[in-house]
Amino acid sequence: MSKQLALVIDLNVCVGCHACVTSCKEWNTSGEAGFLSDDNPYGRDPTGTFFNRVQTFEVGEFPNTQTVHFPKSCLHCEDPPCVPVCPTGASYKRAEDGIVLVDYDKCIGCKYCAWACPYGAREIDEHQKVMKKCTLCVDRIYDESLPPAERKPACVMACPTSARLFGDVHDPESVVSQAIRDSGGYALMPEWGTHPANHYLPRRKTEITLHRDELERVDNPLKIDGLLPKPDVRAPSLDDSTSW
Amino acid sequence: MRPAFSVIFLTTLIGAGQGLFVALYSAEFGAWLGVWAMPSEQYFSLGCVLVLALLGAGLLASFFHLGRPERAWRSAAMWRSSWLSREVIVLPVFMAAAAAFGLAHHLRGAGDLTLTLGGAGVALALLLFVCTGMIYACLPFLQEWHTPLTVINYLLLGCASGFLLGTTWAAAQAPALLVTAAAWTAGVTLAALVMRGAALARNARLRPKSTVQTAIGVKHPRIAQKAQGFMGGSFNTRDFFHGKSHAWLRLVKWGFLLLVFPLPLALLAAGSALASWPVLAAAFLLQYLGLLAERWFFFVQARHPQNLYYQAIS
Ligand code: SF4
Ligand code: SF4
Repeated sequence: MSKQLALVIDLNVCVGCHACVTSCKEWNTSGEAGFLSDDNPYGRDPTGTFFNRVQTFEVGEFPNTQTVHFPKSCLHCEDPPCVPVCPTGASYKRAEDGIVLVDYDKCIGCKYCAWACPYGAREIDEHQKVMKKCTLCVDRIYDESLPPAERKPACVMACPTSARLFGDVHDPESVVSQAIRDSGGYALMPEWGTHPANHYLPRRKTEITLHRDELERVDNPLKIDGLLPKPDVRAPSLDDSTSW
Repeated sequence: MRPAFSVIFLTTLIGAGQGLFVALYSAEFGAWLGVWAMPSEQYFSLGCVLVLALLGAGLLASFFHLGRPERAWRSAAMWRSSWLSREVIVLPVFMAAAAAFGLAHHLRGAGDLTLTLGGAGVALALLLFVCTGMIYACLPFLQEWHTPLTVINYLLLGCASGFLLGTTWAAAQAPALLVTAAAWTAGVTLAALVMRGAALARNARLRPKSTVQTAIGVKHPRIAQKAQGFMGGSFNTRDFFHGKSHAWLRLVKWGFLLLVFPLPLALLAAGSALASWPVLAAAFLLQYLGLLAERWFFFVQARHPQNLYYQAIS
């Protein structure tokens, strides 16, 4: 089966720090494809083009609420509705790794693809007048001049809690496929049949289960561990000098 | 959705142009069948100039929608998958057919050639309606648009507008045709009223398939957005929200229903009874205003699921 690169985002771990947002913007505004426009960055109504946003939702009713930080970027859908509608062919999905990209040299800025994305993952660049979206850092992940451990999207590199996993969701042994399998990974808005490649891991209850053998070293390999001392109840509990 | 004015002008102007062409050809076809007398050659050739002017104006408006109009030629590339691309191809081909039809009338007069060219033109006009309508109807998650009624209404409203113009034109150029043309116009307009009404009724009962629960994948019934990730606006907050009040929407809805259907129909009756082209022209202009409002409402009514992610700034 072909490759499908994707992100898996663990909502149980994300703390909403926006490190992925700034790292994404920093990497992608400095690349070969040109800058990501900003307007009024220090003014009253700053606005700009971003590939990735972190949003916050409150689930439940006070006082029983949970805060869910929710990073959102292009999901690199396996059946992307944004691609077939593009009249110029500027929007395309790569056969070799499933990344959905926009060819900025072909795009006419008609915005039809943005209408066709149910997730609002595409943003027009207000100065270059072409459509932009997450590229999965296609200019990083194959860069042989980087050490292999750094050939990951900028957001994944930046995440301080490792809430973002990156890999091939078609490879059942990849870290992302395992995470989806083991931790209940799910897709957004499954009702539209877009089959997003990116998945999210749900919030979970954090519990500690203690077993007896974890309290005492029953496997005591060198037979050194004895029983815990159990002094008599009448024995003095303070030291000699004060227990008279 | 936020209405795109260039697209509103594009669709209403080319709709009227296509409708007018169908009206011109119907006049020729009926005369060929011997139902009525053949109108003058000027009715056709100058009529085609009018058709081309409307289509040209629509085409011009469409360029204002593009961020990079100088690359517009590229948009013909993906006709296998994109209805927008198909529209981009069919529009100029239809314009060429209309021009050829008008020219043939001017040079050779009505005959087999004009009949064939006009037939091809009508087929292209109908195809163009389908392309334009499908641009909207093909997007499944814009549920308000995702219905055959969208295509039907683009067709019927365009024809109503074009037939009304054709009747005006007949009053000026081919008086013998006036009563028949007026009757056809009334018929098409009433059909458009029924179908547009059906679309309004359908959309009023529509329940969105996407909810904030499916948007973020949390099943709890109470979810409130606390931050959208930025304080200023973005493309997502600008292009997908219309920002108008419910009352204003209702006003526009009733406004366009009045301007597109009963008022022009009343003027149509008066104009054809008096055989006065200025009254009919007023009817056309009034209805065109109404059609602008109709298209505006068409956009505003569509609720894009991406809006679920932009419910609260912070
Ligand atoms: S998330 Fe949107 S932009 Fe990205 S592939 Fe899917 S439909 Fe296209
Ligand atoms: S905005 Fe660009 S990428 Fe999007 S549909 Fe139009 S031409 Fe294609």
